[in-house]
Amino acid sequence: MRVLVAMSGGVDSSVAAALLVEQGHEVVGATLKLWGGPSDSGCCSVADVEDARRVAQQLGITHHVFNMTEEFDRVVVAPYVGEHALGRTPNPCIECNRSMKFDRLLHRADRLGFDRLATGHHARVAAADTDTDTDTDTDTDTDTDTTWQLRRGADPLKDQSYVLSMLGQDALSRVVFPVGDMTKDEVRAHARRLGLRTAAKPDSQDVCFIGSAEGREGFLSRRVDLHPAEVVDSDGRPAGSVQAVELVTVGQRRGMGHGSDGKRRYVTHVDVAARQVTVGSAAEVMRSSVLLAGASLTWVDRPLAPGARAVAQVSAHGRPVPCTLVADPTAPTVEVIFDDPQRPVAPGQTVALYDALDPDAVVGAGIAA
Amino acid sequence: MTYLDHAATTPLRPEVAAAMAAVSGSVLGNPTGSHPPAQRARRLLEEARDEVAAFLGRDPGEVVFTSGGTESANLALLGPAEGARQERGEAVLLSSAVEHPAVREAARAAAKAGLDTRELPVDAAGIVDPEALARTLSSCVTSVAIMTANNETGVIQPLADLIETIHRRAPNAYVFTDAVQAAPYLDLADVAAGADMVSLSAHKVGGPVGVGALAIAGRVVLSPRQYGGGQERERRSGTQDVAGAVGLARALRLVTAERAAAGPRVAALRDRLRDGLINSVAGAYRTVPDGIGVLPGHLHLCIPGVEREELLVALGQEDVCVSGGSSCASGALQPSHVLSAMGVAPELAAGALRFTLGYGTTEADVERALAVVPGVVAALRQDA
Repeated sequence: MRVLVAMSGGVDSSVAAALLVEQGHEVVGATLKLWGGPSDSGCCSVADVEDARRVAQQLGITHHVFNMTEEFDRVVVAPYVGEHALGRTPNPCIECNRSMKFDRLLHRADRLGFDRLATGHHARVAAADTDTDTDTDTDTDTDTDTTWQLRRGADPLKDQSYVLSMLGQDALSRVVFPVGDMTKDEVRAHARRLGLRTAAKPDSQDVCFIGSAEGREGFLSRRVDLHPAEVVDSDGRPAGSVQAVELVTVGQRRGMGHGSDGKRRYVTHVDVAARQVTVGSAAEVMRSSVLLAGASLTWVDRPLAPGARAVAQVSAHGRPVPCTLVADPTAPTVEVIFDDPQRPVAPGQTVALYDALDPDAVVGAGIAA
Repeated sequence: MTYLDHAATTPLRPEVAAAMAAVSGSVLGNPTGSHPPAQRARRLLEEARDEVAAFLGRDPGEVVFTSGGTESANLALLGPAEGARQERGEAVLLSSAVEHPAVREAARAAAKAGLDTRELPVDAAGIVDPEALARTLSSCVTSVAIMTANNETGVIQPLADLIETIHRRAPNAYVFTDAVQAAPYLDLADVAAGADMVSLSAHKVGGPVGVGALAIAGRVVLSPRQYGGGQERERRSGTQDVAGAVGLARALRLVTAERAAAGPRVAALRDRLRDGLINSVAGAYRTVPDGIGVLPGHLHLCIPGVEREELLVALGQEDVCVSGGSSCASGALQPSHVLSAMGVAPELAAGALRFTLGYGTTEADVERALAVVPGVVAALRQDA
């Protein structure tokens, strides 16, 4: 097959490309230039492009660099900034996957005649058993009949199914995740065996367009006004202040100090417009559910029925917890009711839903309202 | 392979390779020295210098060998600037809006260092506006940089007229012209006669990468950018690349011998390619208006409805080698400042494609391009 591999300059995508070459596919590598500003977090800086290019050369494949900075800024960075101003905490990596890698790049791969787009994500795509009772056509192209599953990667510590949880059949039928069956250690070992320069390269940690020196606050403060806010406890009594209400997330413990009972305090509510943060005890902060914006719901295959059981994961490496879905007919939301109370999910955050009977399989995702 | 990217680099001519191999065979001494290998190296270097000087119609003492067009541009812009500032306490550097990044970024660096730098606007064809030039000139201007012909569009500036205006209104201003792209086709001894500084790059004229030259008129007061042993009359220290200089000289000699015939031949092939593509690619837009003088090898088109990155990848897959314009440090294409200075709409500029033919281009190359390009464009437009 002709496969376009998105190469970030990291070890996972390096080995993904290497595996495809070993499997005998016709492989071309591409690095996306998404951010033109200063960044040291390791995704797609010039040094990373050069690492990706060098690995491509070592593997004997052509390498291209695609400039998608304008769209990235418009579709990922600007909304990230705008949402924060409204007190929401979006995950830009999820938006980048959704719009840039598995939309724009995927379509580019199609136009250039590639059969598949590959990335170094730790996740798996599998063909599910299909119902063939209505299959009467003689078309031997099984892709049109196959139902594709998105499953967790083999390494539980590195599983990235969460950031891919919004993909559907259209994308899943055309992507491959070559390192999904490997642990991180196995990936690095493979890279070392091949003498790839990225074998020992540290994983990129944070958002690719935010340098560790400036942090989220530094980045945002240059683009939107950040406002101080007063902190009050659950009885409305003053309990301090914060420098930037837009950076406070519900459930947050950091910076909230202790209550008069000596116990840690947690953010129970953030009102950006009123410039007020409410804090409470560990017990007061727990929530029994999270509301997902109806319009944000995506399904890998079929939607879950109201009342269905699922397993929810509310952050990239968060603990998956059992839950039940309830549709709200009066408002365009879906409520995810946790079996056990959980820390609150900040508005804008993605909730990935896994199959209750097969918890490695993603069924869909939604964004906390 | 159908190579149509001569503006990026030209194939090393066999005669040049042979000339360079001949001097590298035995011990090539350091030209700064007194023993026989040093003497031989010195002689080869000076013979090469004489040839480069003759090509430019200049005195050999004015020719400085550099590592290429970029170093030459930097020396031309930043060398005098420093000197002028020390002397007069102020310096205004003018450069056209369509200069090569080597000039543009050097000007930017000069601005950061505190020099007053200004851009000369161009018209829709990319030609420096003579009125704007005249208005901007004053006794404060110390340097003016206007390229002989543009690397992206091939547009040839009316250099003689512009230089005359500069001499009239700012007679003390140094004129630098980047002649890197023009060298294969224009008689620089004539066209750039009035310029104080002229730059050349070997790998754009069939010579090796890594060597170029800057002609510097006697009246130019300049500080070197590179310090050391004082070579090139204190203007550019560092052991000279003798083999490279020999290569540059041989390449220029071949250009001089072949230019009269090559120019029209390449232009005819280019015209055939141009007419063929305009007819077969719907909406293909000729970036440079009719009637504007363009180098014989350049064909610049804007193709709407396709992403030029995809066009380049798809053409490359067919072994048709062309260019989309300028790249940034990571190798990704970036929007062209040349096209934006010409007022080309961004949507059109997004489909910019540069074909540059060269001395070695054949009819077969043009036929192949005409056979491949329309189909590739159609396929990309269809799935968009």
